[in-house]
Amino acid sequence: MNTPLPPSRGELLILNKKTMSILIYAESEEGKLKKIAFEVASYARALAGQTGDTVTAVAINAENTAELGKYGVDKVLKVSDEKLSAFNARAYADVIKQAADQEGSKVVLISSSANDKYLAPVLAVNLGAGYASNVVALPESTDPFRVKRTAFTNKAFSITEISTDIKLLGLSKNSFGLKESEAAAAEEAFSPSLNDDDFSIKTESVDKTTGKVTIADAEIVVSGGRGLKGPENWGMIEELADVLGAATACSKPVSDMGWRPHSEHVGQTGKPVASNLYVAVGISGAIQHLAGINASKVKVVINSDPEAPFFKAADYGVVGDAFEVVPALIEKLKEFKAQNS
Amino acid sequence: MKILVCISHVPDTTSKINFADGDTKFDTNGVQFVINPNDEFGLTRAMWFKEKQGATVSVVNVGGPETEPTLRKALAIGADEAIRVNTEATDGFFVAKQLARVIEEGAYDLIIAGRESIDYNGGMVPGMLAALTGANFVNTCIGLEVEGNEATAIREIDGGKETVKCALPLIIGGQKGLVEESDLRIPNMRGIMMARKKQLTVLEPAEVAGRTAAVKFEKPAPKGEVKLVSPDNLDELVQLLHNEAKVI
Ligand SMILES: Cc1cc2nc3c(=O)[nH]c(=O)nc-3n(C[C@H](O)[C@H](O)[C@H](O)COP(=O)(O)OP(=O)(O)OC[C@H]3O[C@@H](n4cnc5c(N)ncnc54)[C@H](O)[C@@H]3O)c2cc1C
Ligand SMILES: Nc1ncnc2c1ncn2[C@@H]1O[C@H](COP(=O)(O)O)[C@@H](O)[C@H]1O
Repeated sequence: MNTPLPPSRGELLILNKKTMSILIYAESEEGKLKKIAFEVASYARALAGQTGDTVTAVAINAENTAELGKYGVDKVLKVSDEKLSAFNARAYADVIKQAADQEGSKVVLISSSANDKYLAPVLAVNLGAGYASNVVALPESTDPFRVKRTAFTNKAFSITEISTDIKLLGLSKNSFGLKESEAAAAEEAFSPSLNDDDFSIKTESVDKTTGKVTIADAEIVVSGGRGLKGPENWGMIEELADVLGAATACSKPVSDMGWRPHSEHVGQTGKPVASNLYVAVGISGAIQHLAGINASKVKVVINSDPEAPFFKAADYGVVGDAFEVVPALIEKLKEFKAQNS
Repeated sequence: MKILVCISHVPDTTSKINFADGDTKFDTNGVQFVINPNDEFGLTRAMWFKEKQGATVSVVNVGGPETEPTLRKALAIGADEAIRVNTEATDGFFVAKQLARVIEEGAYDLIIAGRESIDYNGGMVPGMLAALTGANFVNTCIGLEVEGNEATAIREIDGGKETVKCALPLIIGGQKGLVEESDLRIPNMRGIMMARKKQLTVLEPAEVAGRTAAVKFEKPAPKGEVKLVSPDNLDELVQLLHNEAKVI
């Protein structure tokens, strides 16, 4: 078989000019767009700047989507359907696929939330797309299409080449940031046809702590380790998290011993953390712990042992007894907040 | 019930990650390989189904001959038989296609995979398998019960969990919670002896084009020195976080 020659640059541009749009899935929760949707939009806008495409978002049961314009979305396809009120990976993937078909999108972008990671591989197969998850930067080149993603649980990066015509990218949280750009997002109703087979999994119950910042959404995470001696000492960790507006997390042994719930276990075999600030208290900094939290921008360690490996991975460190340092730090932060609000 | 546990063969979590051939290949020198932690939880859950509900448990890996010790370990833990699809696992779609063929031929009721493998971290294979085979799919699964043809699964979601019900065949992306850390099994002498006699079938791969390829690897930039703040001067820490790091 003869492989057709790749089009020259000029031709490519003309092709792009036609109807190409980058499609993003703008995730919402209880009708409200999530912050990661704006990060995904920012990334798509920057990519569109390289390729000359437009940016379309598809949103499912989101009430107010106007804000997407602020992050560079040109058009929003709004889906309102009672049947989609509970998340369903297959059905949501179906909706995004139909939106991509309508728009003729060659690049589809999603986030790395739990739900997006759930639907992404299904969507990739439906689109016939190569999928790169945990993407951390704009493509190094678009022809061939090469993006940087994390691998080996943040111990390394891989440059991944996607060889299919349609590409699906999962953007790692906090890797690109929010970038405002002026665009007014036009809104359009979008009514995908839903297949009964998509709903073969029935949600029985949802058990979600409300009013608490989740590790996935948190800008700041305060994490405690075995150095805290026992579950009864977590009051100060929660208070520190409270003043910082942070989520609480813990090392693996802490959850294994039942001091804290498994959902708080972070690290290579627990939840990944990609927050702006990660505060580790009484955590030694084992390789498996660090692998999972390394994507956080700024790391602070509080540990009584100056030899603890965490000091090699942290930006700021306090060598001291957590039982003295944490309460004192809480006071200082409260003073700081009082002055700055 | 016929269960298939998909086993990814990965560097031990303590491994230092290095690359060879001009940073295009993972350097396996001195690296210990293990059953992917998420798959180990799934394998143990499968053993419980076997012991309590009389299931048969097969394990499968897509990989070269070097992955056989990992499959033998799974047999020593108690799986009944192992399958290896003899090819290098290049990309998630490629692996899912190979596994889909194994699933269709074996008519499994329950396919247990991991939420992600800790090497490639694609988080792709179980979802792609579901899309390719049409089976139901529950990701980040932290609890699973099967009665007859119906499964009840608990899925971890951001900030909580949800319980879902569906019919078999089912594919899960499992993780800790399916069983606890303390439930994991270390193969004993008897298990290791028995594993030698169990069937390990080698299948030739189907011809499939991968869709992605890791063309180069990079290591994170080395970290600068930590800035130490005295415990008596925590104002300084607050100021650094505010003015320098700009995170509060
Ligand atoms: C396959 C595998 C996977 C793993 N995955 C993970 C994972 O995902 N996440 C994870 O966290 N771990 C993981 N681990 C475990 C990891 O190897 C470490 O054992 C674990 O991270 C240690 O937890 P820790 O730091 O809380 O406890 P320790 O290592 O016991 O450290 C406690 C620290 O507290 C300090 N300390 C003690 N008293 C005080 C005090 N009064 N004030 C301040 N500091 C104090 C000590 O100096 C010490 O540094 C994994 C291990 C394996 C084998
Ligand atoms: N080469 C492989 N052979 C068998 N199963 C695999 C292989 N690669 C991945 N899997 C399964 O798919 C899960 C997710 O892997 P990944 O998509 O690579 O993150 C793993 O936990 C395994 O259960």
